[in-house]
Amino acid sequence: MITAERKPLEEILAYIKPFKRILLLGCNECVTVCAAGGRKEVGVLASGIQMSMLKNGTSIEIREHTLERQCDPEYVEELLPMIDSADAVLSMACGCGVQQLATRFKDKPVFPAVNTKFMGGSDRHGVWTERCQGCGDCLLGLTGGICPIAKCAKQLMNGPCGGSARGVCEIGEDVDCAWHLIWERLKALDLTEQYLEIMPAKDWRPGGGSGPRKIIREDLAE
Amino acid sequence: MKDFEPVIVAFCCHYCAYTAADMAGSKRLFYPSNVKIIRVPCSGKVDSLHIIKAFEKGADGVYVAGCLEGDCHFKNGNDKAAKKVAHMSKYLEEIGIEPERLEMVRMSAGMGERFAQVASEITDKIRKLGPSPIKAAAA
Amino acid sequence: MKTESNLEKVLSAGHLAVTSECGPPRGASAQTVVDKAKYLEGVVDAVNITDNQTAMVRMSSFAGSVLVKQQGMDPLLQMVTRDRNRLAMQADILGAYALGIDTMLCLSGDHTKFGDHAMAANVHDIDSIQLIQMVKGMRDEGTFQGGAEIKGVIPKMFIGAAANPFADPFELRVMRLAKKIAAGADFIQTQCIFNVEKFERWMEGVRKMGLHEKCYIMAGITPMKSVGAAKYMKNRVPGMDVPQELVDRMASVAKEDQPEEGIKICLETIERLKGVEGVAGFHIMAIDWEEKVEEIVKRAGLYPRPQV
Ligand code: SF4
Ligand code: SF4
Repeated sequence: MITAERKPLEEILAYIKPFKRILLLGCNECVTVCAAGGRKEVGVLASGIQMSMLKNGTSIEIREHTLERQCDPEYVEELLPMIDSADAVLSMACGCGVQQLATRFKDKPVFPAVNTKFMGGSDRHGVWTERCQGCGDCLLGLTGGICPIAKCAKQLMNGPCGGSARGVCEIGEDVDCAWHLIWERLKALDLTEQYLEIMPAKDWRPGGGSGPRKIIREDLAE
Repeated sequence: MKDFEPVIVAFCCHYCAYTAADMAGSKRLFYPSNVKIIRVPCSGKVDSLHIIKAFEKGADGVYVAGCLEGDCHFKNGNDKAAKKVAHMSKYLEEIGIEPERLEMVRMSAGMGERFAQVASEITDKIRKLGPSPIKAAAA
Repeated sequence: MKTESNLEKVLSAGHLAVTSECGPPRGASAQTVVDKAKYLEGVVDAVNITDNQTAMVRMSSFAGSVLVKQQGMDPLLQMVTRDRNRLAMQADILGAYALGIDTMLCLSGDHTKFGDHAMAANVHDIDSIQLIQMVKGMRDEGTFQGGAEIKGVIPKMFIGAAANPFADPFELRVMRLAKKIAAGADFIQTQCIFNVEKFERWMEGVRKMGLHEKCYIMAGITPMKSVGAAKYMKNRVPGMDVPQELVDRMASVAKEDQPEEGIKICLETIERLKGVEGVAGFHIMAIDWEEKVEEIVKRAGLYPRPQV
């Protein structure tokens, strides 16, 4: 999933300061799962904004709404009946959702209320870690299912570096050495021979090196 | 400000704090009527949204009362509640509300005295702090 | 001979080679580089010029190498993949070779987290092993990494790499060396050796795979200045293995005698390693203590340096 975290209230308040009526939009997908921008977080943020405003002797009208998926045009259409009565939109979706809104509603100011972080998964309740950097040419089949790009601090294709100690990365005790994990997996899978293959320099084009990426599915695209 | 009577919302878990409140009542122990008790099945069920809405709707203080450490009827609902309270305290600070207005307390079902004492202490503390800045601004 | 490198000449003639390092200054003074390098003149076969060591900004290793070259000495250009992409690195390799630099060391580099620009991007377009491949491709195929042909003069670099026998997992350390050699490393400079016993075990694995016959392995040596330095390296520097006995030994002598004790330890280590099959030389890293390298080389019986 795509993970996110709420921005500091102060930054959010600065964005919406010039406006009287705000549409505060959550998203029911990734940001709900990582507790950053679902229906509940929309409620908590709305209250926080209201109270901050009140404290400063101002007020604001906030309409709360949560879309099934903010990055999909179909769901964004749902906003048509309410968009005109808002001076600005504050989105708690990831950057993809925010941009979907900005593209659809050309003359409406749209602001992010969260910082979009990374593509990751949940390690345990309340803890998410990075797993994939969308390099566009997945190597997991060669690395025992552990990504050296997202999980090695130096993105080594041929690790581990000389800083790996006791399974921990040189950058900190709380970071696993990705290459230690890869090696353990290769051993468990009886694939240690694979380690001796040198992974060649990566072509970063599929990973964004050739500009914004696009997928066109001929069978689906109209 | 002299006649300020704080509104305090106490989320009390059914198994411990609420039973303690019951006991306080049946023993006729005094505790301030400022404390509005909301019974919850477990303190772990208290959500960030409940806490923040309580403040928005005019509470001057909020506390969550769960079971003693290690005694939660649902294993660790009380510890979860404590974490939520800590998290929400930080948010209150961001908003500009004194984080001391929110508290986590723990007691067992048999602690009627403690319930009454906590209720009085928190009411006194909030009375000293004065009305919530939100309420003050709205007035 | 693959190159004109003095280090290659010394090694291929079968001498125990000696290198040392010179960290460029955190300022633009050429004189500082020259002064530091002077301590090493006639004492070593090549001088490593570090590349933004510990991720702190310093004068570039390229410029430092040129300054050392101008003194008539042999620089060994260190290059980390942390700060530049493959275009920038190849451009520097061409430039360095054009200015007479023919020996280099390929590294991935310490993470930016450790330096004074923790907010900087870690580039890592390629890793150290791919850098070795790239330099070898330029030299042996006459092509750039992207496949195009190099025009005119081809940079013929004697290619070095680092190895840390003390990092984990230990069982992988020989295999990773094998990868570096397969990629094209001609020589290796190891991490500072304090745990000699562990290093010997690693060398056993190296010999088992016959790697010492495919590549020159230079043992990394660092004299400890004080018990404080010993403790610091033991606890703070990633990838270092300083046994407690050595820390205790340093602590057992008076403060003013500790520098001499540190040098004694390093001489004993050199002596013991001379007897290890496959050790082709020594890389003496006297961090902020360059003035002692001459004494160490002389007392270790590695002086005078061969003229090849
Ligand atoms: S190899 Fe690429 S696609 Fe696969 S997990 Fe890593 S970054 Fe993602
Ligand atoms: S210690 Fe492991 S994860 Fe960290 S940079 Fe080195 S190889 Fe990568």
